[in-house]
Amino acid sequence: MREIPVESIVEQVKTACIEANCVIEEDVATAIRQALKKEESPISQQVLQQILKNHDIARSRRVPLCQDTGLAVFFVEMGQDVRITGGLFEEAVNEGVRQGYAEGYLRKSLVANPLNRQNTGDNTPAIVHLSLVPGNQLKMIFCPKGAGGENMSALAMLKPGDGLKGVRRFVVATVRKAGSNACPPVIVGVGIGGSFEKCALLAKKALTRRVGSPHPKLEMANLEVSLLEEINKLGIGSMGLGGRVTALAVHIETAPCHIASLPVAVNLNCHASRHKEVVL
Amino acid sequence: MTDAIHLQTPLKDQDVERLTIGDRVLISGVVYTARDAAHRRMAEAIERSEDLPFDVRGQVLYYVGPSPEPPGQVIGSAGPTTAGRMDLYTPMLLKLGLKGMIGKGQRSAQVLKSLVEHRAVYLVAVGGASALLSERIRESRVIAYPDLGPEALLRLVLDDFPAIVANDVHGNDLFRAGWKRYRRRSSNG
Repeated sequence: MREIPVESIVEQVKTACIEANCVIEEDVATAIRQALKKEESPISQQVLQQILKNHDIARSRRVPLCQDTGLAVFFVEMGQDVRITGGLFEEAVNEGVRQGYAEGYLRKSLVANPLNRQNTGDNTPAIVHLSLVPGNQLKMIFCPKGAGGENMSALAMLKPGDGLKGVRRFVVATVRKAGSNACPPVIVGVGIGGSFEKCALLAKKALTRRVGSPHPKLEMANLEVSLLEEINKLGIGSMGLGGRVTALAVHIETAPCHIASLPVAVNLNCHASRHKEVVL
Repeated sequence: MTDAIHLQTPLKDQDVERLTIGDRVLISGVVYTARDAAHRRMAEAIERSEDLPFDVRGQVLYYVGPSPEPPGQVIGSAGPTTAGRMDLYTPMLLKLGLKGMIGKGQRSAQVLKSLVEHRAVYLVAVGGASALLSERIRESRVIAYPDLGPEALLRLVLDDFPAIVANDVHGNDLFRAGWKRYRRRSSNG
């Protein structure tokens, strides 16, 4: 049994909140540079150049890449041989978010009640997806999620008979419908299978993969490539102003599902795809 | 690529009449910020025939909810938010003389119609280029609705703030035009 004190979780979460929001990861920056090479529209080229310049400014001045510093979403893999000491795990995560969003001058974008809409004031509570894994490590992926992409995401409970064709149609239609609103070029997270809620979670988890890293199964990797091609035929372009590159990548995750179901979820991420992995 | 057009706020009819979609502009002068909650309050004020926090005639609204300013900074990161959420409120503000809006994303058919009718423009700034855009903001202060936190109504002074004309007074739409130009037929139907 390995003990991890809550203090170190608070500290790591705090740092991750600030770093993720101010420093773009290299995989995303590379994908934007590649998009600029492929782009033919002068307006979209300009947009991509501004995005790259923004990466540099945010990194050097340690200011947020985007004012929408998002909901604090965490994917946590906790080794079964880890014991958290000195407090509760989720409270430690929330305390880290509280400190990170205050000290990093990040925007507090959460309302406590979706209907009366009072801001919680400290960007908590975080949304924590916890899974138990073998071993004695604690891995946390922090992905602040802005509303632009989130609001244009969608889920469909297709019929098994709709098959691959139905899945393809729904994914492309969701990106088309999102148009300019999800801050393209987007990253498209697709969940196929599972239950209603599992499918949505798969789509979100797909967004945490390194941008453009193919699915380990060839069949899914090929589907990712062909969906990306199809999406980039839409012509939506950067910020929706017309162009050849509408998405930087399509990431698919799948899970077994009911004999009568074919759930498919599409979670869109804006070009400012922020994530930070911490291993304790 | 043609040179950028300098725009000084407040805007006059002749300033907006010469703009067409795809034009790059650099905006200088005072603009006001508002997003969902501030729009709802302004709409309620209009309904009650009360004064708005500022005289909208000739003015430009920037749809933004900045991140908090670090010590010694004018403003935090301040890129545009999705304009479509404000579509519902826009025609009534255009009717009162609003001349421009800065945001991201497409507008409704109703907004496009109102832009033509009231001679105003919609400008797009790059969403998520917020650190870069905040460097073009010289002053910022809250003038109304401080209780709304990041959604408070601010008076900003811009200096060569970059944007692109997305909807002009002639009813043109850069989004539609751009997609039409770059769309390719899908092989999978």
